[in-house]
Amino acid sequence: MAHFDFEKPIQELEDQLKKVREVADKGKIDVTASIKELEEKIITTKRELYSNLNGWQRVQISRHPDRPYTLDYVENCFENFVEMHGDRNVKDDKAMVGGFASINGKTVMVIGHQKGRNTKQRQYRNFGMPNPEGYRKALRLMKLAEKLNKPIITFIDTPGASPGLEAEERGQGEAIAKNLLEMSVLKVPVICIIIGEGASGGALGIGVGDKVMMMENTWYSVISPESCSSILWRSWEHKEKAADALKLTANDMLKNKLIDGIIQEPLGGAHENPTEAYQIMKQEIDKMLAELCAKKSDELITSRIEKFSAMGAFTE
Amino acid sequence: MSWFKRVKEGITTSTSDKKSVPDGLWHKCSRCKKATLSSDHAVNKYVCMHCNYHDKIGSREYFEVIFDEGTCKELYSNIKPTDPLEFKDTKAYKDRLAETIKKTGMEDALRVGVGNVDGLPLVIACMDFGFIGGSMGSVVGEKIARAIDYGRENRIPVMIISKSGGARMMEAAFSLMQMAKTSAKLALLGQAGVPYISLLTDPTTGGVTASFAMLGDINIAEPEALIGFAGPRVIRETIGKDLPKGFQSSEFLLEHGFVDIIVPRTELKQKLSTLLHLWAEKPMAV
Repeated sequence: MAHFDFEKPIQELEDQLKKVREVADKGKIDVTASIKELEEKIITTKRELYSNLNGWQRVQISRHPDRPYTLDYVENCFENFVEMHGDRNVKDDKAMVGGFASINGKTVMVIGHQKGRNTKQRQYRNFGMPNPEGYRKALRLMKLAEKLNKPIITFIDTPGASPGLEAEERGQGEAIAKNLLEMSVLKVPVICIIIGEGASGGALGIGVGDKVMMMENTWYSVISPESCSSILWRSWEHKEKAADALKLTANDMLKNKLIDGIIQEPLGGAHENPTEAYQIMKQEIDKMLAELCAKKSDELITSRIEKFSAMGAFTE
Repeated sequence: MSWFKRVKEGITTSTSDKKSVPDGLWHKCSRCKKATLSSDHAVNKYVCMHCNYHDKIGSREYFEVIFDEGTCKELYSNIKPTDPLEFKDTKAYKDRLAETIKKTGMEDALRVGVGNVDGLPLVIACMDFGFIGGSMGSVVGEKIARAIDYGRENRIPVMIISKSGGARMMEAAFSLMQMAKTSAKLALLGQAGVPYISLLTDPTTGGVTASFAMLGDINIAEPEALIGFAGPRVIRETIGKDLPKGFQSSEFLLEHGFVDIIVPRTELKQKLSTLLHLWAEKPMAV
C-alpha cells in the first residue's frame, strides 16, 4: 500500500514490529512484551498523527488510489443495485454512475462520480471528470426518483468537471447550472456525501442536498490547491499553502457552516480499513434517511433553500 | 550660414493661457486603436464606431444604457465584503479588498438597480469586471439573491448582466456556494412565473456560467463575447492543441443552442423593451 511522507513515523514502527515478529516466529526468545508495546505505540502515534493533519495532507489521503470509490460503497452498503445508463440525449458518461438500490429494505436512487484504479480504468472513467451528459444523466435519475418518491443519495469524488472542446460544445456550464436549480427544489430527500475530492462546480453539480456531509479525509472547495497555487502564486509550488488558505477540510467546512456534518473514517483513512468504512457509511445513511423521510416535501425544500441562502460572509 | 532664418520667436504662450485638451475627450478603441470622441462613444453605447468592438463597461454605464433617464434606484448598496477565511496569497485579501475599493470607488463586483425600460419596470443585477475580475464572492451572491427576491415579491422581471472570470478564490467555498444560492433563488422566481433575462457579456466564465448566467428564460449575448465554463487556457493545456477560431464566442454558443439571441449593445434597450412589452401584453409606444 502506498504511504505518504507524513506517515513515515508509522511506517518505521511497523517495520520494527515486522522484524520483532520474525524473531518471535523463530521461537527462541519471548518477545510478546515488545510486540505489545510496539502495537500500542503504533496506535497512539496514528491517533495523534491523523487527528492533526493539515489541509494538504487530507488532500493527499482523499486521492489515495486504494480509497473506496462510489461503486465500492454501492456494492458494500446497498443491495439490488440496478445501474442505469445514458442521458437520453448524447451518450452514457462513464465518470458518473447511478441507479436504484436498496438500503435496509428502503429503495433509494444512488448517483456518484466514478474514478478508476488503473491506467485503463482511469481513462475509461475520464479520471472522474464528467462531461455535460454526466450531469444530465444524474438529473434524469434524480427526476425519476422524485417521480417515484424515492430519496436520493449522491457520492461526490471528482477533480472537477471535464474541461474540453466537446464539454464546452455541449454546454458544461448549462448542465451544472440546471442541476443546481433543479436539485434545490426536488421534492424528495437528497443526501450528498463527499467521499474523496470535491472540486468546484463539478462537485456541486450533484451536491445540493438536505444533508451535505464530508468524510473525515476529504476536501471540498472552489478550486484544487494546485490550480489555486498556479493562478494566485503563478506556480504549482505553493499547493500546500493554497490548501491551507482555502480552508478546504471537513473541519473547516463544518466550522464555516458550509456542510452539515462529518462522517468518521477508520484510523488512517477509509483505505486502511474499507470494511469499517462501509459499516460507518451505512449507519450514517440509515440515520439521515430516517430523519429526512419523516419530513414533508415542502418542509424539505424550504429548509434546503434557506440553508444555501444563508451561506456567505458579508457586512451590512 | 543656415539656409533658413527664424522670423518669429518660438512658442511664447504662457502655461496659464494654453488651451488644454481635457483628459478623456478622445476614446481610443482597445481593439482597432482608432479614436472616437468620448461623447460620441457614449452615445454609441460604448461600442467602437469603427470596428464594432463592445467596450468592457461597468454597472454605471449599463444602467445608463438600459434604464429610462432618472428612473434607476440602486438597491442593497449597504452590503459590503469581509474576509471570512483571512485569506492570504501573495497579498492579504483584506488589503486587496481595501485597495480595490479605494481604486474603483465600488464596494464589490456587482450593483443592483431597479428602474424603467420604456416605462416598464425591470430589476438589473450587473457585474463589474473592474472589481477583482468581476469575481463572484459572498457579496455578489447575496445581492443577486436579494435582487431575485425583489423581483419575485414585486412581480418585476429580473435581468442579470454577467461579466466575470468566475468564482472569487479568496472566499473559497463561500464563493462556490453562491452558485447554489443564486440558482435556488432562480428556481423560486421561475415557480412564481416571473421572467428572468440573462445577459452574457465579455467575459462570462467559470462558476458564473455554471449557475445564473446559463439559467435565463432567455439568454442574450453581446456580440463576440467569450462565454464558457472552463477557461480557454485550461482547455488548451488539457487537450494540448490550439482552440478553433471563434471557440467559446457568443456566435459559437448561439450555434450550439445555448444562447437565444445575440444583440448589439446599440439595440439592447430596444430589444429588452420589446420583450417586456410582449410579456406585459402592453402596446409599445410609437
